This record gives sequence, C-alpha cells and structure tokens, in this order.
Amino acid sequence: MSTTAHGESAPVADRGPRPAPSPAAKKIGGVLGWFDDRTGLAKPVRYLMHKVFPDHWSFMLGEVAMYSMVVALLTGVFLTLWFIPSAGHVEYTGSYIGLNGIHMSEAYKSTLDISFDVKGGLLIRQIHHWSANFFIAAVGLHACRIFFTGAFRKPREINWVIGTILLLLACIEGFAGYSLPDDLLSGTGIRVMEGFVQSAPIIGSYLAYFIFDGAFPGEAIIPRLYIAHVLLVPAILVGLVAAHLVLVVVTKHTQYPGPGRTNENVVGFPVMPVYAAKAGGFFFIVFGIIALTSALVTINPVWMYGPYDPSLVTADSQPDWYMGFADGALRLLPGWLEFSALGYTLSLNLALGSIVLLPVAFGLMGAYPFLEAWVTGDKREHHLLDRPRNTPTRTAIGMAAITCYLVMFLAAGNDLMAIKMGLSINDITRVLQVLFFLGPIIAFIVTKRICLSLQRQDRELALHGRESGRIVATPDGRFYEAHEPIDKYTMWNLVDYDAPKPLELTSGEDARGVKSPTAKSEKRRAAWSRFYFSDRIPPVTPGEVAAAHHDGHGHEAIEGGHREAVGSGSHSAGH
Amino acid sequence: MKALAARRRHPAALIALLVVGLITVGGLFAVLSPMQRAQAGAPQVSAQDVEAGKKLFLANCATCHGANGQGTKTGPSLAGVGAASVDFQVGTGRMPLAAPGVQAQRTEPVYFNQTQIDQMAAYVTSLGPGPGIPDEKYASGQGGNIARGGEIFRVNCAMCHNFAGSGGALTRGKYAPPLKDIEGKHIYEAMVTGPQSMPVFNETNLDPEAKRDVIAYLHFLDKNENPGGHALGNFGPVGDGFFFWLIAIPVMLGAAVWLGKKAA
Repeated sequence: MSTTAHGESAPVADRGPRPAPSPAAKKIGGVLGWFDDRTGLAKPVRYLMHKVFPDHWSFMLGEVAMYSMVVALLTGVFLTLWFIPSAGHVEYTGSYIGLNGIHMSEAYKSTLDISFDVKGGLLIRQIHHWSANFFIAAVGLHACRIFFTGAFRKPREINWVIGTILLLLACIEGFAGYSLPDDLLSGTGIRVMEGFVQSAPIIGSYLAYFIFDGAFPGEAIIPRLYIAHVLLVPAILVGLVAAHLVLVVVTKHTQYPGPGRTNENVVGFPVMPVYAAKAGGFFFIVFGIIALTSALVTINPVWMYGPYDPSLVTADSQPDWYMGFADGALRLLPGWLEFSALGYTLSLNLALGSIVLLPVAFGLMGAYPFLEAWVTGDKREHHLLDRPRNTPTRTAIGMAAITCYLVMFLAAGNDLMAIKMGLSINDITRVLQVLFFLGPIIAFIVTKRICLSLQRQDRELALHGRESGRIVATPDGRFYEAHEPIDKYTMWNLVDYDAPKPLELTSGEDARGVKSPTAKSEKRRAAWSRFYFSDRIPPVTPGEVAAAHHDGHGHEAIEGGHREAVGSGSHSAGH
Repeated sequence: MKALAARRRHPAALIALLVVGLITVGGLFAVLSPMQRAQAGAPQVSAQDVEAGKKLFLANCATCHGANGQGTKTGPSLAGVGAASVDFQVGTGRMPLAAPGVQAQRTEPVYFNQTQIDQMAAYVTSLGPGPGIPDEKYASGQGGNIARGGEIFRVNCAMCHNFAGSGGALTRGKYAPPLKDIEGKHIYEAMVTGPQSMPVFNETNLDPEAKRDVIAYLHFLDKNENPGGHALGNFGPVGDGFFFWLIAIPVMLGAAVWLGKKAA
C-alpha cells in the first residue's frame, strides 16, 4: 500500500523537472503498472492518497475505535484456535490448582487452558478483552464529539445512524464475548439476559425457550452465542465500519471553524504522506497502550469465578461497564413494578430497564439529527463544526443525556460504593433514584447557563478586546482600562457561528379564515424552536464592532493595523 | 568481600545499610511481638482463668452485656455463645465495641493478649456451654483440598463475601468483610458462631474437613500471586471499569492529544 502511495504521490511532490527514476522505482512502477492494467486501481488509490483531512485530536477518537477493533479481531482469531464453545462436561486437570478436579464445561476449561496452558494465552485474552473495552469506549467518546460539535447535521445523518447502530452492536458483541467462558460471572450475565427476554409481555417465555433451546441454561446457548460473537456480529460490525468510512470519504471530513476554513473547503493535510505516517503511528500507540494495559492489569479473572452453576451467585456480579447502565437501571427500578393483571404477570421492573430502555435510548440517539433538523427547519449542508457553547440547547440536551446515563451507570456499582464509602446501599439507591429524574434537569440548566455565559464572554471579547490591566489617565482626569484588540485569527473563532432565531408562528389560517392543515405541527415546531433558540447570544456583527470602537471604550486601542485586524475578522461573521 | 569493601564509601552504601537494618529490626519485631503470636491448640482452662476472665469481663464488657453476662438493652446475653465467639470477637478487635454502629468492625491493634482473651473465653464458657476454640488441625487449613474449598466457598460464602473474598455490601450499611489475610482460627470461629449478619455453619452443615478446605482455599488466595497482573482488588467488572475510565482512557486520550498537537 505504501509503495503504491509513493509512486502515486511523486508527481505532486515534484515541482521542477522530474529526475529519472531509479532502477528500483522503475521495478516497483512496473509491478504496480501490471496491477493497474488489470484492476484500474491507480486512479481511486491516487484519489484516496491525495484526500485531505483536517487535523484535531478529537478527530482521532474514531481512529482509536477502529484500531482497537482491529486488535480485537486479530487477538480474537488467536483465541478461536483454542476455545471450545461447548457445554460438554469435563473434569479440570490443568495447571491452576485452585480448580483442580472440579467439574466444568468444556468452554470454561478451554478458557482456563488458554489462560494457563497456552503460551501467551492469558496476555492475548486480556488484550482481546481490554481492546474490546477501548473499542466501545472510543465509539462512545467519538459519538460524544460528533454530537457536541454538530457533525451529525446534513449531509452526515446516515453516518450518525450507522454509528449509533455500531455502538449498540459493539455492546452486544462485548456481552456475547464475556458470556462465552461459562464462568460464574458470565453465567449470571446470561441469566439476567434470560430475565430480560422473559420480561417481554406474552411472548417472553416462548422467546426465552427459543433462544436457549429449552429451559435455562441448557447446552445450546454457548455455541449460539459463539457463532454470534465470532461470525454474525463481527461481520455486521466490519461491514458497517466500512460503510461508515466510505461515507466519511464521500461527505468529506468536517472541520472546526477557523481562518480560511469555510463550508466549501477542507483545510488539512493529504493522506500521503502526512496522515499515512500519523495514523499509522497512532495505530501502534493504540496497540501499545492496549498491550501495556493488558500486560499489567487483569481483566475478567475467570479462574477466580469458578464454573457456572445456576444455583450460585457471587457478590460484585456486574456486567462489563458498557452494559452497566442497563444493570443500573434494574437496580434503580422499584420491585413493585412487577404485578399480576388478568392472570398475566407483568415484570415492568425488568422490562423498563432492558427491553424498553435499550431501544428507547438508542432510538432517541439515532433519531436526534432528524429531530433537531425538524426543529430548526435547516436544509443546508454543514461542513463546519459548531463549538459546543454556540449551540447551548443542544449541548445542554447532550449533558442531560450523559447525566441520565451516568446515574444509571453509577447505580450498577451501588454495592461497591456502599462498601468503599461506608454508606448504606439503600440510601445510595434512593439518592440515585431521585437523581435519575432530577440530575438531567439540573445538568440541562447548568450546562445551558455555562454555554450562554461563555458566549457572552466571547461577545465581550470580540467587541471590546482583551483587558490589558493598563489603567490610563486622560488629560481631563478620566481613568479607564485600556483594552487590547484581539488578532483576527482569534476573532474569527469568536464570531463565525450561526445563532438561529426562534421560528415565528404564522397565524395558522389564511386570509379567508381557513385553517392550515399543518397549523398544529407548525405550532409544535414553533414551541420547540423557542425551547432551542429563545435564549440566544447573537454573534458580533461588523457594525457592532464599529459601534463599540466609537463608544469611547476602545477607541484608544483601535489604531492603524488593529482596525484592519478587527474589520477582516468581523467580516467573516456575515457569511 | 574485597568488592564489598571497595564499595563501602559508595553513596548507595548508606541506603543499603539502612534497608538491611530496618528489615532486620522490623523482622525481629514481627517475630517477637506479642500481638502476632498465634496460640496453638485449645487452651487449658482453670478456675483461676475463669476468675481472671470475670475481672476482665467486668472491666471491659459488662457495660453492655450486663454484670453477669445476662445481656442488656445494648448488648446480647453471652450465655451459650461459647469460647469461639469470644475468641473471634475480641481476637479480631471487634469487641469491646468502640462505638455503637451498624456493625462491629475489625480493628487493629487488638487490645488484649491471647492469655486475656482465653481467660475471658473461659469465663463466658462458664456461663453456659457453646462452641469451643477450634482444633488447630482444621483451623490452620493445613492439608486441605484447595479446589474443594473453593467450590464450598462459592456455594456458601461468595454471595456476600465475593468470589475472591474481597467483601461485599449488605443492606443498610452492613457488609460482609473482606477475608484477605485472616487467621484460619478466626475464619473457623466465624463459621461456627455466625457473627453479626453471618449465618451459622455448624458442624453438621459443613463438617470440620469442609471448613478446613475453605480456610485452605482462602489462604491459597492470600499466597497465590494473581497470574494476570494487578488484580484491581478483585471487585469484578466494576473495579475494571473504574481503572479503565480513570487511568486507561485518560492515557489513551493523552496520546491522542499529544499526537494531535504534533504539527503534521
């Protein structure tokens, strides 16, 4: 790949007359030419190699996700060479004396063998598990970046939906993975999953029998989860990741606003050689951090849990952190939500935290771009990112959602919080139950106020410049603090954003008094628009800057070159 | 010897000497300290012991348990709790209770030496028969079947004490304490007497061999180095997630920010 790239990028790099290619380059060129004659790949590869990407650390979160996925795939292949997905009954005779002679399933025994008797097996197992953790975390953080910068807006809604599905699939893939070893913890997790399925009204128990091929636990669930974990879900994951990347190329990468960056261009560096080196190096950094973590820190010590037995459970039975929010929801839901009606038992205490929570949470997430687009009525393409403060309501909604998630997440660890902080688990649960409803509201208000304050500060800075701390006495005895104007690069960042006004509600009926069929929907949209945009800090206009400079505050500082600096900066605000 | 003499003025020599000195003194203290001395076997009880135990009892326990150990509003009757109970509660520093709370906690240091504890145990036994001090043969866990002990532990203990004996939460601030580095005798006594929220595992429920195996398993966990690196306290996935989000993810983000800052 990289040699191809060298060959392709040579004409661009050279400005002057081209030197004669070396014999080695000729040879490589010949081989590549052979391939190009048969595939016609030179053109698309050249296009990709010259593709320009903008630079920012937050754009690398998606890369972390992709690289972690690659690491998980590679190590997963290694594990399949030894793992036996079977509930078959065997006696353990391996090297871990803590389980010597204990009866267990082949799945658990082979996991122990990978950990203790396969060379490097434990390290690979831990790399596999940690890389999966990094994958899911990076997908989540990447999604946060996309959300708070508004990168999901047209034309990238499809990619947002794909990303949402990827996040859900990643969680499912992780669950299927840690359920495979058939240790006490994973069996408990599968038991909880069975409860989720059974809580579906009417069809629940039939569905559970279908999934487990009979009563829990049966012998079918491990092979079935295995095929889902190593074939079905990974295939969909890889396919969707590919589609995700193609769409990034097609729609181009977004960029943060800045001098010279517009909705029509992409300012950055080409893939070859800059990003090929940077991203290639970053792969090894990611792999290195995962390997280091795996070498130093145990994850899922299956040998400690012992084989699964449906009659047993251990304290600290929790899912991996990415399923924690669902476990937390179960811990928060009060028991009286399970009741019988008309001869049927309705387990809302389970159903609300699982078969309702998961579709609703991921559904809302996937639908958000469309909801926001409906409210704003914005049909334009957006390639420039928003600074989170410049979209206060969206940022506040995001923080409220994260707060809601965090409350459920923390609730999953309520027992450990109780011991470690010397508190009562009952009190913690009660507090979190209240916070589940109150927390998001507080987070919404606080975040929105912080965003608005930051915007006001930006406005102040754009209008009056930076406080210099220099007190000036005028001949007529007045004192004022001199403000220094900010340079145009900073200015650009402060004034280049949209602040839509709330939509005005039209009367809803025409001149003859006939009601518009869309009146109701328009009314609703106007209400939402007010919710989003009634608190708005408009960006500074060139006129306002000029006025500020004449009102006596800043006139002393606006001389010569400074005027030009401010003028050109604020000019950009108008576009 | 010559090499050693040549390096005697090396800057590190002083530090090395200090380390050797500290280890020697600390080791001697650990060996000779009266607190660490484990008493083997069931103690011989005499009338003098009972008398001395009564004196200790009146001075330290009677406020709550009553002058004759009959119990008061603040403390239960001690008739029939047995020597095992006294040895466990006092020997782990849970009694005398420093302050009323949801649960008596293990405290260090223990305020009584083993002789005094035995005297109090003799007095309490004189109030009514109960479980005695366990036989060292079983309580030491020596020769126990580790794997069988692990199985018994998972069946009977793990739901509260966690799979690795890291402890766990109970309702309203009560908890199952961690079982790391606990003397076998105290584990045995806890099983026989069922202190606080713990159920009693009597000799018909778990025979002495089973108890020995459990102790052997716990001592195996104490000694066994975790094969996969740092165990993060063996608190299950919550511990993993805690480490992951507080250390591993910041490191990863730090790497991204660092590389992002590098001019391309």
